[in-house]
Amino acid sequence: MPADKAHIISKLQKEILPLQGIRHAQKNIPLNMALGEMKYAFPEDHFPLGAVHEFICDSTGDHACTTAFISVIVSHLMNKNNIAIWIGQRRTLFPPALKFYNIDPDRIIFIDLKKDKEILWAIEESLKCNSIATVIGEIPEINFTASRRLQLAVEESKVTGFIIRKNPRNLNTTACVTRWKISSLPGLIAGDMPGVGFPCWNVNLQKVRNGKPGVWQIAWAWGRFRYLTSTPEQSIPLQKKTG
Amino acid sequence: MAGRFVSIWFRYLKTDCFTIRNPLQKDKLLVFVLPDHGRMVISTANALANEKGIVQGMVLADARAVYPSIEVINDNPSSAEKLLKKLAQWCIRYSPSVAVDLPDGIILDAKGCAHLWGGEEEYLKDIVSKLKERGYQVRVGMADTIGAAWALARYGLESPIAAPAQQQTMLLPLPAIALRLEEDAVEKLNKLGLRRVKDFMHIPSNTLRRRFGKQFIKKINQALGYEIEMIIPEIPVVTYQERLPCLEPISTATGIEIALKKLIENICSRLIKEEKGLRKAKFKAFRIDNKIEEIEIGTNRPSSNTKHLFKLFENKLTEIEPALGIELFILEAPVVEDISILQENLWLTSPGLNDVAIPELLDRISGKLCNSVIRRFVPDEHYWPERSCKAVVSLDEKPASEWPTHKPRPIQLLSPPELIEVTAPIPDYPPMLFRHKSVLHKIVKADGPERIEQEWWLQDGQHRDYYYVENETGHRFWLFRLGHYNEEKNYQWFLHGYFA
Repeated sequence: MPADKAHIISKLQKEILPLQGIRHAQKNIPLNMALGEMKYAFPEDHFPLGAVHEFICDSTGDHACTTAFISVIVSHLMNKNNIAIWIGQRRTLFPPALKFYNIDPDRIIFIDLKKDKEILWAIEESLKCNSIATVIGEIPEINFTASRRLQLAVEESKVTGFIIRKNPRNLNTTACVTRWKISSLPGLIAGDMPGVGFPCWNVNLQKVRNGKPGVWQIAWAWGRFRYLTSTPEQSIPLQKKTG
Repeated sequence: MAGRFVSIWFRYLKTDCFTIRNPLQKDKLLVFVLPDHGRMVISTANALANEKGIVQGMVLADARAVYPSIEVINDNPSSAEKLLKKLAQWCIRYSPSVAVDLPDGIILDAKGCAHLWGGEEEYLKDIVSKLKERGYQVRVGMADTIGAAWALARYGLESPIAAPAQQQTMLLPLPAIALRLEEDAVEKLNKLGLRRVKDFMHIPSNTLRRRFGKQFIKKINQALGYEIEMIIPEIPVVTYQERLPCLEPISTATGIEIALKKLIENICSRLIKEEKGLRKAKFKAFRIDNKIEEIEIGTNRPSSNTKHLFKLFENKLTEIEPALGIELFILEAPVVEDISILQENLWLTSPGLNDVAIPELLDRISGKLCNSVIRRFVPDEHYWPERSCKAVVSLDEKPASEWPTHKPRPIQLLSPPELIEVTAPIPDYPPMLFRHKSVLHKIVKADGPERIEQEWWLQDGQHRDYYYVENETGHRFWLFRLGHYNEEKNYQWFLHGYFA
């Protein structure tokens, strides 16, 4: 009875999910809509909320792409008037730019700290507070124990956390639900038009608990993601202007 | 509403202080001198010298002629104030409101204090004996007004205490100078034969005013209580304060925690009743060796949440060193604000920045990590990128204008911009290549320039021409040229940010 077996396996998988820190009760439909086909990589076809996501970047340019990609996700999490907390050491983020990703920069509280230990404590403390939508922490090194603590904190409060690791010394195992690597691709531009065009990113989902890792090439155009196809004309429709 | 004041007169303030520091000089004739018209004039003399007839105003040479063994010290006119301030701070144990009364006195607002010592007489006795133990010879006076207390301390005949509303009868037999009158007025009174207060007290005030002026009447009225006189307390009185004296000195961490919890509960119940919340709180522990241990917390929003406040203090409790033990705990709230009461929500919506949990979280972070910088950003109407947003600390400040989105801005901004080497065709083409931190970037695509002028009313300098460029690998940069292309070639190129 192969059908029966498949049924049992899927049932067991669903029971495993909460044990791995993924809660299926939380769903954010607009976010899943915005992510497009990427959502099929996640368990139950939903971006895991109430979990900690890890982003790796190797250069300052990729750091910018990672920040922008996170900003797009965060913009869906902090709709209405929720607020987010951004914790870092030497923060280079330019707040006015967040408006390009549909975030009101005045609804983000920036906390600048000196030591890694303090940053970790502040991230953990913020993740425990369920009145905020999300916490973004910039810290290069995080060990398994620390990431486990963060995961335990979010399981209690259901806040979504993002950890940006710029130039990490070693890529150790962490308790985070996903590990991403975002890098920049040449901008997309239709035909022989001048200028830089739409920013394009290579989104590499390296690890995901109970999901299927994958690689996608996307462009950020007109306030939404577009998956790149082989012909640029198809991926980027020219904006129609009247008059 | 009558007050109750104590005036302490330090008759030999400076000489007493000197003998406390140099006990060997105790039985010597001691004078302080000040130069005056080329002579040394005695400004103060100790009790022993006074007995021998050496008084203030005598020329030092005269005194030396009689008593060659006299000890002479150069006087410093400003030292009296310093000394009195120290003494006033010590006197805080007798009353929360203590003021310095130059040149040689201290005034206590003793209303409601004396009963703690078992009556006014015991109260004054305690003050005198404690000061005597320290080595100061003082006289005290207590009355409903500052003027009367002052007079009784300096010229009082029998009892130093004027019973409530009895200051007039107590003042009558005293000399005219006891009313703190000016020297000219006293001299005039003496010439007229009005040597005692009773001699002129019953003269109608308009007659007195004609001869002696307004100030004269004012002093009389202040002494009698017809006119209010204020004192400026040395340590400002904190209205929101809780005290917890201990029977036995406390030296354990648990004991301190219990004391703190109790004090917080007391102060919070009072704050809640008055619909207020504290912004700053100080927890003081008075040790038995006369030292004060102190910790302080601050909150982002007025708070009267016991648990939250205790948590803020908890991080710092280890800083308190109990040593031999603590005999008194004080919790003060120097900064208190009204709490705007939020209507309770039927549904738990997302109240954003108004949520109390967020300021509490920030309090915890700033309380534990003292070097943290917590801020938000609101748009500021400037084109210059560094000035286009300004940091605000308060959670309540709303953006005054819209966030601009009509020009591209990088998500990562370098501050300050980093110098780069550039190859660019002139006149105004974007660069072809640039070198940043010894890495060569070949530019494939570019947008620009966008010229941003210096705001001359804020800062002098050259304008910037910004280019939005992309290199071969797809990294996007924000570059600018500072200044015009010119003969001297004093323009420079900078990397200012990274686009996504």
